[in-house]
Amino acid sequence: MKGIPFAGLASLWLGLAGGARYPSTYQRHPYPPVLIENATIMTAAGQEIPHAAILFKDGRIVAVGTGLQAPPDAIRVDGTGKFVTPGIIDVHSHLGVMAAPGTEAENDVNEMTSAVTAELWAEHSFWPQDPQIPLAIAGGVTTIQVLPGSGNLIGGRTAVLKLIPARTVQEMKFPDARYGLKMACGENPKRTYGRRNQFPSTRMGNMAGYRTAFVQAQEYRRRWDKWNEDRRGDPPDRNLRLETLAEVLRGEMYVHVHCYRADDMAQMLDLAREFGFTIRAFHHAVEGYKIADLLTQAGTAAVVWADWYGFKEEAMDGIPENAALLQHAGARVTLHSDDPRGIQRLNQEAAKAMYAGDRAGLSVSRDQALRWITANPAWVLGVDSIVGTLEPGKMADVVVWSGDPFSVYSKAMQVYNDGWLVYDRTDRAHEPRSDFELGQEPPPGDDR
Amino acid sequence: MIGILLAQTIAITGGTVYPVAGPPIERATVLIGAGKIVAVGQSVIIPPDAVRIDASGKWVTPGLIDGAGQMGLTEIDAVTETNDGAVKNDSVAAAFNVAEAINPASTLIPITRMQGVTTALATPQSGLILGQAVLIDLDGATLEAMEIKSPAAMVADLTEHSREAGGGSRAGAAERLRHVLDDALEFGRRKVDWTRAQMHALAAPAADLEALQPVLRGEVPLVVVANRRSDIETALRIGVEYHLRVVLAGAAEAWQLAPKLARAKVPVLVEPLENIPSYDALGVRRANAALLAAAGVNVALLEPDTHNARNLRQQAGNAVAFGLAWDQALRAVTLSPAEIFGVADRYGSLAPGKVADVVVWSGDPFEFSTAAEHVFVRGKEVALRSRQTELLERYRSLPPTY
Repeated sequence: MKGIPFAGLASLWLGLAGGARYPSTYQRHPYPPVLIENATIMTAAGQEIPHAAILFKDGRIVAVGTGLQAPPDAIRVDGTGKFVTPGIIDVHSHLGVMAAPGTEAENDVNEMTSAVTAELWAEHSFWPQDPQIPLAIAGGVTTIQVLPGSGNLIGGRTAVLKLIPARTVQEMKFPDARYGLKMACGENPKRTYGRRNQFPSTRMGNMAGYRTAFVQAQEYRRRWDKWNEDRRGDPPDRNLRLETLAEVLRGEMYVHVHCYRADDMAQMLDLAREFGFTIRAFHHAVEGYKIADLLTQAGTAAVVWADWYGFKEEAMDGIPENAALLQHAGARVTLHSDDPRGIQRLNQEAAKAMYAGDRAGLSVSRDQALRWITANPAWVLGVDSIVGTLEPGKMADVVVWSGDPFSVYSKAMQVYNDGWLVYDRTDRAHEPRSDFELGQEPPPGDDR
Repeated sequence: MIGILLAQTIAITGGTVYPVAGPPIERATVLIGAGKIVAVGQSVIIPPDAVRIDASGKWVTPGLIDGAGQMGLTEIDAVTETNDGAVKNDSVAAAFNVAEAINPASTLIPITRMQGVTTALATPQSGLILGQAVLIDLDGATLEAMEIKSPAAMVADLTEHSREAGGGSRAGAAERLRHVLDDALEFGRRKVDWTRAQMHALAAPAADLEALQPVLRGEVPLVVVANRRSDIETALRIGVEYHLRVVLAGAAEAWQLAPKLARAKVPVLVEPLENIPSYDALGVRRANAALLAAAGVNVALLEPDTHNARNLRQQAGNAVAFGLAWDQALRAVTLSPAEIFGVADRYGSLAPGKVADVVVWSGDPFEFSTAAEHVFVRGKEVALRSRQTELLERYRSLPPTY
């Protein structure tokens, strides 16, 4: 600790929320203004406008509507027959940390050597050359949250990334996005450690594990608060694990909990109350519909799949109407992938969940279903004032679809990230390939 | 509630009928009697006692066939006790036929058929020779009531997963497979010598070699799971050497060999949505099905994840999005798998005499907006209800009533 001025250390606690350490080096890629004309614009902010246009410039949406004038240097895109939506946001991804080709060498997602590893940062595992990244981009995804795995009670810090081709994770880090803390309840942690005859091996063990960690974090926070206040004597020893949890207690990080069963989620809500933090989102939440009222009341988002179920005991009660039931109860619904295949077609998953609701008499509007994969995940990450809808002033994360994004036959044709054309299905020059994919004979084509 | 209709006379009238074996017929009737299709066409005479189902504006197709998965063999992946798809410590398990492990009461069956999938292949799961797959209809209280064909296929694996069975090399796995097939041939010729203990030590137990006889006679196809182009070539080579009816499954890089596969008349089972590169499948791409079909290969589409089998139509729709013609996609989830598993005389198309596995859809079966509105298995309408329906009803308003 020698050589670090006390004032500098203290500043860590005074509002920087980790931003100063391991900073984002993200920079907007320069690109001319773009006017997409004569398309159906789905804003995810309440409107679906036929025969309309969208203009964006310098990474910002300038206008949406009809009769827009393009600046002289604008690229005009004919959107006839096409649909335009905000970029898709996946709040639950392991891209880059559980990379293809799926070897042990590239598997950096689960540090299953201790049940509480709050000191881990997902970004430190992230490999920007994961060949799954271009595939997700081609599916219209522009922002992801990368999480550590669910083998641990407290897995570590999440990373919110702009999904762009880059050499380093720092170049992808969403500027000023808050960190999240990944926690996991239920079967995974107790199975991981129970099989080794270690703690925890039961659900009650899980709860005791979280509580023990947060009790320590409370004490750690108290010592640091006191020292920050009076500056007497040496500062307390730094402890990376407790430092992260203290940030949670200070409300500077979002808490994301992997949780399947309704009763498990209710326990976690009590845990959060005991320690005075809020849970931003339950991820997976296959039984969310059973406690839709509790989730609505708690203001905790339900991050769900369209129809996955049955792959483990706690996933047995997943139903396709989960999202629609939660929506009708007033909960904040988000669809996620947790999967390198599913992330490529979150629009299709939204369609399935929307139509499953319709068939059950739980009507969901198209705008609402689109919000499940755009505006709502933006809220889950706390970046909803920046991305997630097509409104003037928002970051120009824009997808042009070949047709209705809720049709199985539609594909993302163009993907703009912060106004930069990162993907164009008809132009090989705008179809990024990871380093890993180079040198294949024959090449796998432009439509992998 | 929709009554469970007995196998009686049913007339599905007024819909656009996709017989698959022929062109679509508008405003047509499908007449079902005694579990079979009696007539299909625009001028079918409907018996007065027939139950009429108005399908005006609807699409009528054969029930979909998923040629993969462990339907009836698994309930919850992570709960070992509910999984019967594999015999362990035995990389050659040709005698292992999954039939008696199939659970007609599996909750996955109603969940799957509600989405128009009426037939599935219950496949063994691990080994160099995994065992015998059984084709089942997704309705019935007993194995006998569900079974269509057993074995419908013998399954072998030449992917990276079989390296261990070959001592750590793909070449070892191929050699071991040949050794077993050689001994099976010899065993078939010299059973008397074997009973007198006058044969050399065999490469596998006699039961396994016996189970391979119909494969060696070309009566049962050998489904070979292989992804890498070189592994597919190995499968083709072995097929030629032993005169086998080889069917490729997975086959991620099959598109690179499409003309050759077409010439060899080797059908391919493809998962359209699989496109994540691995060292076993660096060339994987979603156009695989389209490129194979364009070259004239008989392609069937799969949803290999048992719980997701209901999403077979999503797989098919995505195959269309990536270049497969719509008619070919429908064929690839109906008649093509029926042909591949040797039951096209009974399954996969709407024609007189065929088993009445029929679905009435509200629209294009591959679209998310479309629902399966009536599902018939062996001429009997099944209720579109599952355990998931009951969960929905229980929790529709909170708190629930238990």
